[in-house]
Amino acid sequence: MMLPFLQLTAGLYFAGTLLSLVYLLRRSHVVAKIALGVTCVGFAVHSIVLASQVFSVEGLKWVTFQTALSFFSWSLVCVFLLVVLRQSLYVLGSFILPLAFLSSASAVIVPSETSALQPVVQAVWVHVTLSMLGTVGFAVAFVAGLMYLIQDRLLKSKQFNVLSFKLPPLDVLDTLNQRSIVLGFPLLTLGILTGAVSARLTFGEYVSWNSEQIWALVTWVFYLVVLMGRITVGWRAKKAAYLTIVGFTGVLLTFLGVMLKGTTPSISS
Amino acid sequence: MKHVIVVGLSHKTAPVELRELLVVPDSRVGEALNRLMAHARICEGMVLQTCNRVEVYAVVDHVDAGFSDIQQFFVDTHLSVSAEMLLPHLYRHAGDRALAHLFRVTSSLDSMVVGEPQILGQVKDAFRLALTHNSSGVILNKLVKKAISVAKRIRSETRIAENAVSVSYAAVELAKKVFSDFSARTAMLVGAGEMAKLAAQHLVKNGVRHVLLTTRNPARAGSLAERFHGTSIPFGDFLGEMSKADIVLCSTGASHYLIGPADVQRAVRERWNRPMFLIDVSVPRNIDPEVRQVDNAFLFDIDDLEGHVEQNRDERIREATRAEGIVKEEVGVMLKWLQSLEATPAIVALRQRADAIKYAEVQKALSRFGTLTSQQREALDGLASGIVNKLLHGSLVALKSAAQSSNGSVYIEAARRFYGLEYPSPLPSPSRGEGKGMEEAEHVAERQKLEADQSETEGPSHEPAGESDKQNVAQRASGL
Repeated sequence: MMLPFLQLTAGLYFAGTLLSLVYLLRRSHVVAKIALGVTCVGFAVHSIVLASQVFSVEGLKWVTFQTALSFFSWSLVCVFLLVVLRQSLYVLGSFILPLAFLSSASAVIVPSETSALQPVVQAVWVHVTLSMLGTVGFAVAFVAGLMYLIQDRLLKSKQFNVLSFKLPPLDVLDTLNQRSIVLGFPLLTLGILTGAVSARLTFGEYVSWNSEQIWALVTWVFYLVVLMGRITVGWRAKKAAYLTIVGFTGVLLTFLGVMLKGTTPSISS
Repeated sequence: MKHVIVVGLSHKTAPVELRELLVVPDSRVGEALNRLMAHARICEGMVLQTCNRVEVYAVVDHVDAGFSDIQQFFVDTHLSVSAEMLLPHLYRHAGDRALAHLFRVTSSLDSMVVGEPQILGQVKDAFRLALTHNSSGVILNKLVKKAISVAKRIRSETRIAENAVSVSYAAVELAKKVFSDFSARTAMLVGAGEMAKLAAQHLVKNGVRHVLLTTRNPARAGSLAERFHGTSIPFGDFLGEMSKADIVLCSTGASHYLIGPADVQRAVRERWNRPMFLIDVSVPRNIDPEVRQVDNAFLFDIDDLEGHVEQNRDERIREATRAEGIVKEEVGVMLKWLQSLEATPAIVALRQRADAIKYAEVQKALSRFGTLTSQQREALDGLASGIVNKLLHGSLVALKSAAQSSNGSVYIEAARRFYGLEYPSPLPSPSRGEGKGMEEAEHVAERQKLEADQSETEGPSHEPAGESDKQNVAQRASGL
């Protein structure tokens, strides 16, 4: 029922993405502001779609994979808008909006019946929300890492073009990278814990060692190591950028695996 | 006829080793000026010394005699300097070329970094010393003041000054690509070249609070530390301390690499991979270009900075050409003034001679006539004046306009012979005695004006005039 609106959202995000990419090549901020406007409209429509799903008859009893993806892209856009409001870092849109568009488009494509989680217990939506928010953190860290590497490369090769003019200073990107992981990691931890609890309540076991669960744990350990490395041995700047890109690629592959399998895994992250 | 001449050597003609031998410590410049003025054939003199040049400007009656006197002055400056050693490195200019040279130097067109602002202050310092020691006179006073105004005109009418300023700004702009907020950053200044000091100044202006300084000369580091409110560290330890610096500005006179990739690698590791920004403005370079390969270290040398400025070559050449045009124009103005200086005594003498003849003839006629009414006396006087003025008018006008032309001196010489005029006594020269009281008062006024001017036009970029120990001077000469 909500599909047309979700399609509209994806369409608006697509327009936002295109405009943001055009902005990368232009010196004026006008295009960025149009892109921002389009994205805001998309975000508003998206919020209505999500709200109507949450408050519908079925409510949060069962969470489909479609809703999870939709929520993921909504959170990404939300984070982007918050950052832009605070720092007017328009260029972030050129990197985050493509991700938001891809995940909302995936939400449109996947059949809505593909349920990621069975309507077992009410607490399941907590697990999904937390895991998704954690993943949003890693996505932002990934984007910051990507921008860091581009800026680093431009500086090293002494190319002072439009892009280097737009990208923020390296320390801003490194801080964004760090904060995203620092925020994302506890959320993912809580997401995994609530997932384990709901699995215990449903199946009597905390873990069933299916591939998704293993991937989730691997991801968790990976980001733990990244975080610890930063605190203890100075894995920051370029190294942190590389690691977060690798980490998020792993997360994406997990997602892709779940989507392609199209099965009904009991727990995903 | 008075001639303006200059003899000197600069970074373009002489190696630093020779330049530093000729630099006189500030405390002994007075002595040196007295030694210069002891040469009887030099009427006025001024010594200009900066890290890149040592020059003597003088007003003389005979160009060649002046050249050899100044050469002798240089040879006498330092025991180990011989004429054979010096001659190949000296340049000598006279007349319009000497004027143009002073204007170009003062406008920073002849500087190592074209457009750098320090030189104007250094010329003012040299002029102030000449005034203090009464070695400058009517011609040099006018000339140096003109040079200062030419420099200001070039600064405001062309964009030549933007080059130096923009290069140091470029360093800051690039640093902003790495660091968003400078207030928590530490900058390290290695050496004390002009460009690095400019860049450090911009960094401080942009919020850098903590500056570490190191130069080979501890006294120099001390005075710099005072200027930037920084901490001075021994030159031998700076590589070890480098990890504390987010921004390293390097500009020394060393002819080899002072900072290598291994040093930077270690510093970055000690900084836990926090990025480091290195700027090398020394020529030849003091930071090994291999440092570019080190992760999280960003090295830029002077060419990169100039490239970043993106001012294309054509524009810079155009601005330089415009500046040279202004110099040429002002040299013309100055030359006319110098020539009119030559004509004025002749005109005055002619006028006086005519008046004296008229007076004598009128008196003679009056004594012959006996008693006359005052009306008749006036008529007689008027007749004499009328004849004299009508006769002289053409000659005076011709002389005045001829004085401004290139062969003015020929006309003046002719006028002197036709009218049997005496040659004027030499221009009152300050160190030669007569009219000293008035000169003194004039010089004090000049100095005060110069100082007022100085405080108005010079920013913090101006070198403090007080640094006067010998070591400092040697250091300055070596560019460190």
